[in-house]
Amino acid sequence: MGAGCFPVLSVLIYVPLLGALILLFVRREHTTYIKGLTLVFSLIEFALSIPLYFYFDDKQVGMQFVERASWFPEWGISYLLGIDGISLLLILLTTFLTVLCVLCSWRAIETRVKEYYITFLFLETAMVGTLCALDLVLFYIFWELMLIPMYLLIGVWGGPKRVYAAIKFFLFTMAGSVLMLLAIFALYFQFYKTTGAYTFDVLQLYNAHIPTNLQYWLFAAFALSFAIKVPMFPVHTWLPDAHTEAPTAGSVILAGVLLKMGTYGFLRFAIPLFPAAAHAAIPLISILAIIGIVYGALVSMMQPDLKRLIAFSSVSHLGYVMLGMFAFNMQGVEGSIYQMLNHGVSTGGLFLIVGMLYERRHTRMIADFGGLSTPMPIFAIFFMIVTLSSVALPGTNGFVGEFLILLGAFRANMLYGIIATTGVVLGAVYMLWMFQRVMFGEVKKEENRKLRDLGKREVLILCSIVFFIVLMGVYPKMFFKKMDTSVEGFLQFVKQRNAYYMAYEGSPVKVVLDITGTPGGSPGKPAE
Amino acid sequence: MPELVVTVCALLALIIEAFRKGKGASLASGIVCLAGSVIALYYMRCLWNQNIQLFNGLYVIDGFGTFFKFIFLTILFLISIISLAYAAREGIGFGEYYALLLLGVLGMMVMVSSNNFVTIFIGLEVMSLAIYVLCGLVTGNLKSVEASLKYFMLGAFATAFLLYGIALTYASSGTIDVKQLAYFIKEDCFDITPAFFCGMALLIVGFGFKIASVPFHMWTPDVYEGAPTSITAYMATGVKAAAFGAFLRVFYTGFLPFIDDWSAILWFIAVLTMIVGNVIALVQNNIKRLLAYSSIAHAGYILVAFVTGDKVLSSSILFYLMVYAFMNIGAFSVVMLLGRKGEPNEDIESYAGLAGRHPFVALCMSIFLLSLTGIPPLAGFAGKFYIFSAAIKSHYYWLAVIGVLNSVVAAYYYLRVLMYMYFKEPERELGAIDLSPAYVVVILISIAALLYMGILPRDMLLLAQKSVSIF
Repeated sequence: MGAGCFPVLSVLIYVPLLGALILLFVRREHTTYIKGLTLVFSLIEFALSIPLYFYFDDKQVGMQFVERASWFPEWGISYLLGIDGISLLLILLTTFLTVLCVLCSWRAIETRVKEYYITFLFLETAMVGTLCALDLVLFYIFWELMLIPMYLLIGVWGGPKRVYAAIKFFLFTMAGSVLMLLAIFALYFQFYKTTGAYTFDVLQLYNAHIPTNLQYWLFAAFALSFAIKVPMFPVHTWLPDAHTEAPTAGSVILAGVLLKMGTYGFLRFAIPLFPAAAHAAIPLISILAIIGIVYGALVSMMQPDLKRLIAFSSVSHLGYVMLGMFAFNMQGVEGSIYQMLNHGVSTGGLFLIVGMLYERRHTRMIADFGGLSTPMPIFAIFFMIVTLSSVALPGTNGFVGEFLILLGAFRANMLYGIIATTGVVLGAVYMLWMFQRVMFGEVKKEENRKLRDLGKREVLILCSIVFFIVLMGVYPKMFFKKMDTSVEGFLQFVKQRNAYYMAYEGSPVKVVLDITGTPGGSPGKPAE
Repeated sequence: MPELVVTVCALLALIIEAFRKGKGASLASGIVCLAGSVIALYYMRCLWNQNIQLFNGLYVIDGFGTFFKFIFLTILFLISIISLAYAAREGIGFGEYYALLLLGVLGMMVMVSSNNFVTIFIGLEVMSLAIYVLCGLVTGNLKSVEASLKYFMLGAFATAFLLYGIALTYASSGTIDVKQLAYFIKEDCFDITPAFFCGMALLIVGFGFKIASVPFHMWTPDVYEGAPTSITAYMATGVKAAAFGAFLRVFYTGFLPFIDDWSAILWFIAVLTMIVGNVIALVQNNIKRLLAYSSIAHAGYILVAFVTGDKVLSSSILFYLMVYAFMNIGAFSVVMLLGRKGEPNEDIESYAGLAGRHPFVALCMSIFLLSLTGIPPLAGFAGKFYIFSAAIKSHYYWLAVIGVLNSVVAAYYYLRVLMYMYFKEPERELGAIDLSPAYVVVILISIAALLYMGILPRDMLLLAQKSVSIF
């Protein structure tokens, strides 16, 4: 490994925190200076994360750039970091979107600028930390740490109903995660009971032997916590409120990264830790995912508010991610990871675009727009590309992800695949209809006639989004080759563990048969 | 010995008061009090690994007691710093104030360092009497007097229950020594009578009152609200810690053979305490009342670990009490800092827009509230982490689930204060706040302690684990 013993992940985690600490000492009047400094830090962070991509060895299964330090050895808590192909790509997405968020907040945020950027950098630390942590306690700490800055972002800089949205977001997520904490303890003591060692190290816990009954409970606790974050169908209700009320950058990060933490949690923790339970949950999760896909699409169709529409489309898109993941085949899982990245880029892009509109008109109601392509031609082009990417037009990134997911779903279960495909059609309906109502037709409102077109900064932001949309659409191999080995390893592992549990579940029955069979001699056989 | 230092300082404070009057006397006794706590802390250093029986087993010095003494002296240290500013502002200018603070701590120390029921009772009385008086020290403030009287009346009842419990236990076992009680029971020649169980139940009532558990919590909100805020902080942390200390010692040694019986009772008390405390706190508009109900709820969390009867993990109780002391003293110092003479500013409205006016104070308050909520990496999280791990380890799954869901409910009202501070604009003009160095020092110490115990809980927890090795 080229990185040697340089603790690159720790640096990656704490650079934003350092930035936040430095910002604390800057006088609040110097807003330009604060913004500049934040931009510099987020750029450094992005620059630091790029070498990860090149130094990452895509032939090697397992974790790389591992850092391990003892923290509380008596309890088996350690400071353990490491990434594989899945978290690598998500980290890149995080650092990339953070730069864009800093740029897009340049004009949008005018009150308490200093606190805003401190919160943002703090959030970045928590996000990167969550993606790198391989110790359950460390993971949980970063996981909970993400809540506070997001709560503040929504609550302080959000829209009119921000207080309600912020508290709802916080309580929903916390309710899920405290139950996960209990499941972590149960897992920890179970591992101690079977092996006699206390550890929170995920890589060791993967090999824990957990009775199937207990697995169901533990998986349920983990899955609930992650499902709330994803969000999956019945527990998604916090999302539209949080998205609608959050400031643009908050929505981008929420959609782009925070939701992925839920799906990432499934991949990294819930499934490999409890494979038997995960297998048993396939029908439940798949059906909820499909309901999410169709329901999200139908509801978004009827939304009068642009941001709410995109929020519900997120429910639909994340439904695809979950469906693909629980297909448990190469296409499904890879498609699902790819779709996570896509959703970050495309939906992030859409939120940025809506944010730009909002800055100009201070409204997000579709009815207030119409015919915007006349005053804002450049804007129209970008909006079109991002919309099409969200609809999954071939040639854009969305297509690759959805195609693979549907392929995987078909292979796993024909019926699921067929119903999920209707979501694609519905997706096209709500996105294109929205686009048509906003951009085409006559300019009905006087205010819309004089709208400024995009400035240089905004063009730069959208160019980078479009660059990735096209790159991921036409050359997906660049990303797949990094995750291939990891996904293969993941599937192999899950399969092997499942076989192990099947054998284990089978064996006691056999033993019982033997016992009844041997002493009596006769009663074992007559079935033949 | 720290007890002697504290006693001498208390007497010294009284003498100073007797010979001098006015502001100087109050300041001098404050300094005596502060010095006393520091010297006592210094002398405690060599007590950690001791195990000494004094006066025929009436008094013991062991790791368990020493840990609690460490908590009490830390509380005393912080409270006496705050009092230098607060007592001067509120006109509680008596030397007795500090003398009583010291005597209260003396009572607490006696309470946790004995295996003998009589000594425990004496300690409890010394502590309680000091606090009854402290609650009513603000002359002319009706609420304060009411609090004092209420606490005294109910406290006297609870003490009677405790004493009756001790008497019944003595009557049926013939011993007032907790350790011997355990031996008797082990040797099987012991006749378990209904009277013995009554005694045990009455002891739970007596201790349950002091730790403010439901249904013995009725006094808490009124007394916490009425008492001078520095005393509220002192009570909420010190009395609770002392009561838990004695409670632990009695039930984890003497009554441990009957764990099935008492943990069933305490299971319900723990659940009730958490739910009632948290739910009522949701609708409080006075910050002191809110913290009072939250302190009830926290007693419930601690009881969760108590119920399990896990000897090693009972260290989580000690750890939590330590953490809790810092969180609460920190939060109450912010409350004090916002008030002024005759204008306590205790309603939640006075916190509106605090982040805009005083970002530093708001940040500190948020840290304390988030720690109370149990958000990592603050110490409140570490505390809850060990408490609930104890519950899971002993297979009290439902209790743990109820506990963590309660902490979500609790998040709502802590966040409500946070929301007022950060999201709302002030509705009325609030004057300058009292940013005297005494408060700031205490707040900074508390924050440092919370961060330290949150990020590196190892040292403190291992110390706590060593302390509970006496069980």
